[in-house]
Amino acid sequence: MSAPDTTALAILNARLLDPATDYDGPGAVLVSDGRIVEVVHGAGAAAPDGVEVVDAGGLCLSPGLIDIRVKTGEPGAEPKETLKSAALSAAAGGVTTIVVQPDTDPAIDDPAMVDFIQRRGAALGLVHVRVAGAATRALDGHRMAEIGLMDEAGALYFTDGDKVIANSRTLQRVMSYAAAFNALIACRPADPWLSEGAVATSGELATRLGLAGAPAIAERIQLERDLALVEQTGARFLVDQISTGDALETLARARARGLEVAASVSVNHLCFNEIDIGDYRTFYRLDPPLRAESDRQALVEAVRDGLIDVITSAHAPAPAEDKRRPFAEAAPGAVGLETLLPAALTLHHAEGLDLLDVLRPLTEGPASLLGLDAGRLAAGAPADLVLFDAGAPVVIEADALCSKSKNSPFDGRRLQGKVRLTVVGGRIVHDGR
Amino acid sequence: MSQSDLAEIIRERLAPFPRDHFLSAGDLNAATVPPLLDLADAFVDFNRQRAKALDLMRGRTVVNLFFENSTRTSASFEIAARRLGADVTALSPRTSSVAKGETLIDTAATLNAMKPDVLVVRHGASGAAALLSQKVGCAVVNAGDGRHEHPTQALLDLLSLRRAFGDVGGLTVAICGDIAHSRVARSNVALLSMMGARVRLIGPPTLVPGDADRWGCEVFHDMREGLQGVDVVMMLRLQLERMEGALVPSTREFFRFWGLDREKLTWAKPGAKVMHPGPMNRGVEIDSDVADDLSVSLIQDQVEMGVAARMAVLAALSTRREGAAA
Repeated sequence: MSAPDTTALAILNARLLDPATDYDGPGAVLVSDGRIVEVVHGAGAAAPDGVEVVDAGGLCLSPGLIDIRVKTGEPGAEPKETLKSAALSAAAGGVTTIVVQPDTDPAIDDPAMVDFIQRRGAALGLVHVRVAGAATRALDGHRMAEIGLMDEAGALYFTDGDKVIANSRTLQRVMSYAAAFNALIACRPADPWLSEGAVATSGELATRLGLAGAPAIAERIQLERDLALVEQTGARFLVDQISTGDALETLARARARGLEVAASVSVNHLCFNEIDIGDYRTFYRLDPPLRAESDRQALVEAVRDGLIDVITSAHAPAPAEDKRRPFAEAAPGAVGLETLLPAALTLHHAEGLDLLDVLRPLTEGPASLLGLDAGRLAAGAPADLVLFDAGAPVVIEADALCSKSKNSPFDGRRLQGKVRLTVVGGRIVHDGR
Repeated sequence: MSQSDLAEIIRERLAPFPRDHFLSAGDLNAATVPPLLDLADAFVDFNRQRAKALDLMRGRTVVNLFFENSTRTSASFEIAARRLGADVTALSPRTSSVAKGETLIDTAATLNAMKPDVLVVRHGASGAAALLSQKVGCAVVNAGDGRHEHPTQALLDLLSLRRAFGDVGGLTVAICGDIAHSRVARSNVALLSMMGARVRLIGPPTLVPGDADRWGCEVFHDMREGLQGVDVVMMLRLQLERMEGALVPSTREFFRFWGLDREKLTWAKPGAKVMHPGPMNRGVEIDSDVADDLSVSLIQDQVEMGVAARMAVLAALSTRREGAAA
């Protein structure tokens, strides 16, 4: 982490939004030595002398966003994205902690790599750069990675990212081994055979466009398997990137039986559906693919009901040359760090979710899941904050994004929500006032 | 009729293509198809003469860009363009720089800089022709993109049917075999439905997309049931090279249940016609006995109509561009 800035800071006259305490009301936050020293509820708090004062002017102040699924190209594919460009994107988007994915080249599958990424991230002095370690060596799906050592080195959870561990015995061993460290395992639910070669969701649209489709049940089938293994091994588990209504039902049934599993969704799947791929628009080629509108609605409801714990940006940079290809040959994924907040706020503006319910899976949800002390407005917590104007209209311009890759499906879209100030460890790392 | 009379008829019927490109059957509609077929009809007569040179595209350059192997379609386009007086360059990038990692867009930009007038493209990926059309300044004709569309094939099939039956409206056409992997099926479903034909799809469940009934077609898995009362049986090539995994157990089993032979043809309406886009897998989806019987088979006609239909498309696209330039 970056050296804490000893300069004290007072953010006054804000609308505090703290999902951890369910507080939505006027207040102020006082910061010193990189940590929150006091949270004042109610209007009219005054700053102590000699402190830098920010008058929030009634704008929203919430814990900084925590994005647990961020791909960069460092090391191995720096033209796509470096840790620095990702961190700049995050700061501009009000994201104060990013958890980078292990599918770099080489993969983050040993403690030295975990340490390397954390050091490189800390040296930037922008946002907290944390690491998800590989569950299997080189993400090969067969040989277990050094989960214990990576855990010790600071890895927050373990996953093979977009790759599915097809071999059930391997996953069973990974889960039971990880349980010994109380380490969190995350898996994408996608039956590898049913979704082999798929670039869209099976259905009328994919058929008409002549695209190979993955059926929604491919997700449910794999999730049923994963949950059965969780039940057997007692592992802590995150369902990574749930995308279908079918799988949500499976998840709800497991929860009803008392199985404690967390689930994440990408903000893209809350905002778009399969129709958006329209005339082969490759910026909407995502993995998992965009689903039916009924799936999108089910996901929104799952966020509303708290069935989903975490919203991610699923930040996956891909340069133009990888996107400007025929649909099936284009790289999947979308950048999303900078658009995460306004995209998520569509749940508030268009779907009627309470602001706290939108922010919870972006702050307190991932923090609790990963055991971070960030993600809340409380004395003693790290001073990771985002000040934003929830109603401000924005037109997303992909070319203006800080990310080195401009593959945003939100390009040209009109959203609401503008980040005014991003504070990490008490330091202002982005000033959009 | 003399050659000059025919040329005069062609000039009278020649109208600009309704779109800048011909990427899918959806670029046409029920109003724009008949005049295009009328033009193609004139080209059929013209092509049957000894001297077949026109100057409608003199000084124009047509580039045939075939990323997938093709003999008949590329030859058909090449002959069509030459008869219109155009200069034709045929490229099969499979063996050139694409193998060296050049992307489709790079290839397009390179070709575009050479200022062709029409780019005829075939590519293995669905949507590739549409992508190219966004990146080049010339007209693009989709000669087959993945399993998406092959609109000139549907147009030539329609021309063959119109000449055989007079009117396509009210005909029942059964498209049989590997629908799932077929771009010909997709274009034909769209164009035939547009012109008022009833379309049935027949094939094993593994080769008919589950959502095909939502295309406005009736779906059958049994040939006897599906062929009942149809006017036209359109067989598709079993795309052996596209098959991923076990879609049918064997070609002989496929032939037994879905291959068209003399017996199965009796299930259709008496006098029903047989079509096939070619190239045929004889003894897999169609029996030679049926394919070569000129009293029922339109297969050779289809090849002849292919040149005429493509001449109509190229000439109309070229006319539109001249209109735009003027």
